Amino acid sequence: MNRRFSWFNATSLTLGFAFLYLPILILVIYSFNESKLVTVWAGFSTKWYGELFRNQAFMDAAIVTLKVAVVSSTLATILGTMAAYVLVRGGRFMGRTLFSGMIYAPLVVPDVITGLSLLLLFISIGLDRGVGTIVLAHATFSMCYVSVVVSSRLVSFDRSLEEAALDLGCTPWDAFRSVTLPIIAPAVIAGWLLAFTLSLDDLVIASFASGPSATTLPMKIFSAVRLGVSPEINALSTILISIVTVGVVTSSLLTKRASVRRQQQERAAIAEG
Amino acid sequence: MSRDAAKARGEVFAPWLDENAEPLIRFDRVTKKFGDFVAIDDLSIDIYEREFFALLGPSGCGKTTLMRMLAGFETPTTGKIMLAGKNIGPIPANKRPVNMMFQSYALFPHLTVADNIAFGLKRSDMPKDQIAARVDEMLGLVQLKKFGGRKPHQISGGQRQRVALARALAKSPKLLLLDEPLAALDRKLREETQFELMDIQEKLGTTFVIVTHDQEEAMTVASRVAVMDHGQLIQVATPEAIYETPNSRYVADFIGDINLIEGAVKSVARDIAEISWAESMEPLRATAPEGLTKGANCCFAIRPEKVSISAERPEKAANALPGKVIDIGYLGNMSTYHVELANGQMVKAQVPNQNRLSRHAFTWEDAVWVSFTATAGLVLTA
Repeated sequence: MNRRFSWFNATSLTLGFAFLYLPILILVIYSFNESKLVTVWAGFSTKWYGELFRNQAFMDAAIVTLKVAVVSSTLATILGTMAAYVLVRGGRFMGRTLFSGMIYAPLVVPDVITGLSLLLLFISIGLDRGVGTIVLAHATFSMCYVSVVVSSRLVSFDRSLEEAALDLGCTPWDAFRSVTLPIIAPAVIAGWLLAFTLSLDDLVIASFASGPSATTLPMKIFSAVRLGVSPEINALSTILISIVTVGVVTSSLLTKRASVRRQQQERAAIAEG
Repeated sequence: MSRDAAKARGEVFAPWLDENAEPLIRFDRVTKKFGDFVAIDDLSIDIYEREFFALLGPSGCGKTTLMRMLAGFETPTTGKIMLAGKNIGPIPANKRPVNMMFQSYALFPHLTVADNIAFGLKRSDMPKDQIAARVDEMLGLVQLKKFGGRKPHQISGGQRQRVALARALAKSPKLLLLDEPLAALDRKLREETQFELMDIQEKLGTTFVIVTHDQEEAMTVASRVAVMDHGQLIQVATPEAIYETPNSRYVADFIGDINLIEGAVKSVARDIAEISWAESMEPLRATAPEGLTKGANCCFAIRPEKVSISAERPEKAANALPGKVIDIGYLGNMSTYHVELANGQMVKAQVPNQNRLSRHAFTWEDAVWVSFTATAGLVLTA
């Protein structure tokens, strides 16, 4: 492998990362701006963070968003895992190909169409729009992401583990609960996190599915930005970014440590013979 | 009657010869189809209690399907499978008194060795306080007492194999199925483990059915071997009988090394058949099987170790053929000579290397005689 420094590599790396992170960096810097004008730097201050926490409308929206994200991603994880299990393990049944194609459809259908069709459905069955309908809508579109993540794990799963569980006296449900689920748990958790983040930042579908009683944070931010970007929003975004960053970094550190420890233990076992 | 007691009295363990013996397992005209593919073709077989029964065959011969039907992972398309006189067809895998040891071992990676072994016991009606004792007993049986608290990835391949065995035996099944149990081990460990398996089987008296494509393994461990091909049983017999008196070209060729010479029966007189096999060559003389008729097409089969090789024509040999050494394979404990006969037929002869420093008697291109007695070879018609 060529490990020497090269100008080409350095330039492409810098450009790539600048392209990805420059906008976010600017947003973070301006969240500490003293001035009310977003584009004029007037010295360092954390006052917009204080303003943000005193802004009841933002706080309410944040709580609604978290509630929706937790409930809808849990719902999506249960449904998505079930769907993945049936599609991977169910064997051949009537219409299996159709189902496996259709489960991925929401990945490519534009959000506007998903949102609109859900809105029409809610109106036609007479469901009052609010937090409940946003939860349903988010579960609907994020469950297919969960099912993709979980089924890719199930495909590489050694089927004889389930058979061994049956052989040792488990009912199929017991085998799933005590063997399959613990082993695919990382994929299920990853699916939940994916559904959670999708729900956190969804604007389009939430706008269609919500009623006057429920406003999510992305909806609130979007409507606030239309009246002009305030530094408060920069502060809010910075908080969101740091939460996400901390989460991603911790989880990847944990995975890395677990895999290193596992490799060490395997080597030790082989050395012992 | 226990196998040890029988041994002590000098009797041979052979319930399949006893007409009154009740089989533990009976396959009664079982057929299994996957779509159009016939995996098991109208197969009937009896397996007796305390047997170590080996299913042997190339991949795709149906041996694994047969085993999976016993475990309950597949159901026969037609026919019945009886276990201790009861049709087990409608009984699901988790309710059968049958346990299986998987080729991949299928150890649960999230559970410790002890929890793996206890897994089946926790799902039985065994009281909780007895489970720990049973787990301890099983760990002792496979000599893993120190490793109960480890996870499967923290032990070596050979130890994993033993955990899988202990887990499958923990519930004291009537029947233990072993799917290529030693395939993942290296050669030396595999040989040791074969004897361990036999010891454990003898100690517990559980009926073992093993699936393998390794004929040496089948011959070593089994009380009887069933050679399979295309979903059918070709021969079911003791390892000795399979090796010394195969019933067909297929079995003869599949088990061990053998010379096969195609020919036709020239004459049959006083149990000795003469087989003509090439023009200008002397006919071969061999013990005639019952019902061999003159003129029938047949195959003369002889194991390389039963062929002698000499510089001069031996005087008393029933069969002696001149030839030329083409190749010598040195295997350490013995050497294999490939001898080309006058008509181009190749014959393999195996000679033990008894003296460490002796030079080889023959070398490439030497003119030699290969010879064998009339009882050394076999006449196969199937």
